[in-house]
Amino acid sequence: MRKSIIILIALLGVGWVVWNLHTVLLQLPDDADQGPVYRIMFFHIPAWFSAGIAVFIALGSSIGYLITKNLKYDAVALATTEAAVAFLTIGLVTGSIWGRISWGIWWTWDARLTSALVCWLLYAGYLVLRTAIEEPSQRARISAVLQIFAFADIPIVWYSIEWFRTQHPGPVLRGSGEMDGAMKAAVYANWPALMLVAAAFVLLRLRQEEVKREIDSLRRIVHAG
Amino acid sequence: MDQRNIEFMFYGLASAWVILGVYALTLLTRERKIDAELKRLRGLVENREETK
Repeated sequence: MRKSIIILIALLGVGWVVWNLHTVLLQLPDDADQGPVYRIMFFHIPAWFSAGIAVFIALGSSIGYLITKNLKYDAVALATTEAAVAFLTIGLVTGSIWGRISWGIWWTWDARLTSALVCWLLYAGYLVLRTAIEEPSQRARISAVLQIFAFADIPIVWYSIEWFRTQHPGPVLRGSGEMDGAMKAAVYANWPALMLVAAAFVLLRLRQEEVKREIDSLRRIVHAG
Repeated sequence: MDQRNIEFMFYGLASAWVILGVYALTLLTRERKIDAELKRLRGLVENREETK
C-alpha cells in the first residue's frame, strides 16, 4: 500500500481521537466519586479492545501460516502483534495511573491485572523471540506456535473479572455496573478511532516487511555475484 | 471541571499519546533505515549489471 494512504489513515485516526477528546473533556460531566480522573477510561478501554482485535488477527494469521507456509501470513502476525503490544502497554499504564487515584495503589496482583501483565509479557516475548531466530521459515513456525499459546491467556484476561473477585471493576459496558449511555457512547467512539491508528501502524509495518523481503533477495544477488 | 486529582487525568491521557508517539517514531526510524538499505543494494546491483 502506498505510504500516502497509510499516512492519511493515521491522520484520520488521530483527528478522530482529538475530536473525541473534545467530547470527553468538555461535554461529559465528572464522575461523582472519582472526579475527572475517570476520563482515562476513554483511552484505557478502547486500547484494550483494539489490542484484542489485533491479537485475534495475529492468531488467525499464525494459524494461516501453519496451514499454508506462506510468509505473508507471518508478516501479518508480526505487524498486528507489534501494534497489539503498543496498545496493551497503553492499557496497562493508563490503568495503573487510574488505579493510583481510585484504589490508592499503582498495582495489585489480582486476577485481571496479573493475567493482563502475563498477556503483555507473552506478546512482548513473541517479539523478542523473533529477533533470536535467523532462518525465516523456522522463525515463522516457532512464532506461530508461540502466538497460539499466548492467545490462551486472552479468555482468562477477558473473563477474570467475572470468574474471580478482583480489585479491578467488573464489566462497565454491560450488566449491573454499566456506565451512563453518553459515557458508553464516548468509549465506543474512541475505539474505531484508535483502530484506525492501529491499522496505520499495521499497514506501515507490513510495508516494511515487504521491503525487507526485497532487501533479502537483493542481498542474495549481491552475494551470489 | 472538578479539580480533584486533575493532574492524574492528564498523566493518563498524556501517557497514551506518548506511547503512541514513541511507537510511531520507532516505525518511522525503521522505515528510514530500510529505505536507505534498499537504495544502497539497488545501486550495487545496478552497478554490477552495468560493469558486466
